[in-house]
Amino acid sequence: MRFHPDSDQTAIQDTVFGAVQDALPRDKLMAFLDADADLEPDSWRALMELGLAGMMLSEEAGGSGLGLFEAALCAEALGRSAAPGPIMGQMLAAYALSQTRNTAAREAFLQNVATGSVVAGLAFGGNGLPESWGVASEAGRATGQVRFVASASSAGVFLVGLKGGGLALVEAGDGVAVEPVRSTDRTRKCASVAFQDAPVQILFEGGDPAVQRVIDAALVLIAADALGGAQHCVDLSVAYAQERQQFGQPIAKFQALKHQLAIMAMNVEPARALLWFAAYAWDRGLPDASRAAAMAKAHICDRFAEVARDAVAAHGGIGYTWEYGLNIWFRRSVFDKSYLGSPALHRSRAAALAGW
Amino acid sequence: MDLSYGPEAEAFRREVRAFLKTAWTPKGVDKAGMKDFVTAFRLKATEAGYLYRSIPKAYGGSEQPADVIRAQVIREEFARARAPMEVAGNGMNMLVPTLLERGSAKQKDLFIRPTMAGDYIWGQGYSEPGTGSDLASVRTRGDLVGDKWIINGQKIWTSQGGQATHMFALVRTEPDAGKHDGISYLLIDLNQPGITRRPIRQMTGESGFYEFFFDNAETPADWIVGNRGEGWNVSRTTLKHERASIGSAAVLGNQFEKLVEVAKEVQRNGRPAIDDPLIRDMLARIEGWVMAHRYSSYRIMSHAIADEAPGSISLMMKLVLTEIGHDIARAAQEIIGEDALLEPESAGSKGRGPEKWLDQIMGSLGNSIAGGTTNIQRNIIAERGLGLPRDFPAEHSK
Repeated sequence: MRFHPDSDQTAIQDTVFGAVQDALPRDKLMAFLDADADLEPDSWRALMELGLAGMMLSEEAGGSGLGLFEAALCAEALGRSAAPGPIMGQMLAAYALSQTRNTAAREAFLQNVATGSVVAGLAFGGNGLPESWGVASEAGRATGQVRFVASASSAGVFLVGLKGGGLALVEAGDGVAVEPVRSTDRTRKCASVAFQDAPVQILFEGGDPAVQRVIDAALVLIAADALGGAQHCVDLSVAYAQERQQFGQPIAKFQALKHQLAIMAMNVEPARALLWFAAYAWDRGLPDASRAAAMAKAHICDRFAEVARDAVAAHGGIGYTWEYGLNIWFRRSVFDKSYLGSPALHRSRAAALAGW
Repeated sequence: MDLSYGPEAEAFRREVRAFLKTAWTPKGVDKAGMKDFVTAFRLKATEAGYLYRSIPKAYGGSEQPADVIRAQVIREEFARARAPMEVAGNGMNMLVPTLLERGSAKQKDLFIRPTMAGDYIWGQGYSEPGTGSDLASVRTRGDLVGDKWIINGQKIWTSQGGQATHMFALVRTEPDAGKHDGISYLLIDLNQPGITRRPIRQMTGESGFYEFFFDNAETPADWIVGNRGEGWNVSRTTLKHERASIGSAAVLGNQFEKLVEVAKEVQRNGRPAIDDPLIRDMLARIEGWVMAHRYSSYRIMSHAIADEAPGSISLMMKLVLTEIGHDIARAAQEIIGEDALLEPESAGSKGRGPEKWLDQIMGSLGNSIAGGTTNIQRNIIAERGLGLPRDFPAEHSK
């Protein structure tokens, strides 16, 4: 029995965290928030060079042969460092391409997506779940709109959710119009993407179990991002409390604040093992993998949203400023909680999956 | 990552299961013979190495090397067969581990075997009416007169106080020393004229705790564990053991399952309550925490197997469990509706309907007090987990 990361897994996580720190010093991150670009090239390149996009692919397919557990540890590091870019979409597109029986699509795109030379945008649409997907596919052409696609302007391909619950790959270009939207989370700037008779490669038909696998992996990766973001909110608040002086002493000495910080930590640390289980269940293909993914997405994104609010409160005025940067994580908590289905939506799914 | 226990553990499981099949045969044993049957069974299970694993053979234990997975397999298999494990209570959980670490040879000889046999039942004598979270402020006094300690004062919140035959107590024996350095850890026979016990009726209506009054009570001079003035340090050994045994994911899991069951049974707007989206959301919300607690327990166990420190998570488990208990209490009251207006029959009696959840609705409040109050737990997380400054200077406990 082993239910915590080993030193190799921890090292992978630390490497990813360090790569973002090195490639994206704070002033660069702050500048990216206000820029129009929806991809930050230096951190993106660093992460792609580490092989992040292909880490869940087998070694024969050019990947690292690792699982969702390792991918989730990396996603946690990205959440902690507020890494910009559509890395989750890239991982999922590479995974979907590696699993499809559409060999033409696989051969045409897998390698470029797995190495990151082509950026992949995640374009599920609706509330993230197949019942709500709305892009229609007919005679090899896709038509429809997806409202929120992260880094869409930089994307060369899109992993698109089809009406009827299938998944397809669409290339950017003719028949694809990208319209940036004002985005809450400026580290993951979104655009609305309209498809009009765009040539489409079907990866999975509706009802193919592979579709649920992709969705479940997405939920686990968002939960992992949320865990990392929440951890950062705790760490930042604890550090600030020790440094900020009021009434002639560090505010960390005040019991009211100590308890506030303890409650924040208690929201985050126990959730870690829930995330681990959800990733483990997916890797092992356990019967409750879908349910665990739904519970992890709902619970951990809720925790992140709460902790991010608490962090602003624990900081006082400086936490409310743009310059201090806490709002980067607050905005990421909004993204994680609302993207691909709200917590209540996934709890409702979890209730149904339990047979309640 | 691997949640299975591995082939070695599964082989061990088969061994335990085979043992239980032949040794635990309570069918056909009548009520009068059950006590002897259980005693004989515990002896056999100890000889087989399944019970009293941390107790040396010299004191009647099975003296097995510490093995987290084997211990877990034994718990699972005994629970599955509904076979009794070790004698429960403060004696085995707290006193015996303390004696093994700090007791004299004579004390070990005198107390461990009868405690294991269930002949000595121990009450904890820590809290006093004026001494709750600030435990080191105890005022119950012990004076050495000749070869005896003469004890005067009051102890409170002693569980199993009705049956207890003995008490381990924190007593102020060095009034001129500092707060922490003036306390000794004394063992006391409770059946003597200088001691009066009285049940405390608690908010549930039951009396799960007792208070004890000491009026020139006596105990032999050598019934002190550790030296004079070392009682505070000695007691830290036992509190550690209590914390380790409080968080139980399996118990919580069962309780949550029962909450789901009652939501299926009870009607709400003419349908099972569990069909109501509000109730479904409430239950799934709680289950997020239940799962976080369960897998954190596995995480802590995994660290124990690897002989690594689990970090701050272990400081949080008691409070997480307490908070989930409150959430379950709130949800239960919503689910059972007006049945909450019924005072339930006492536990174990027949005909208990949904109103039995009142036990949980009120009992969950006890969890936020016992074993360190919720606010004290938050201090522990903040100070030891997050490294924030202490409210009070560090205790003289090293």
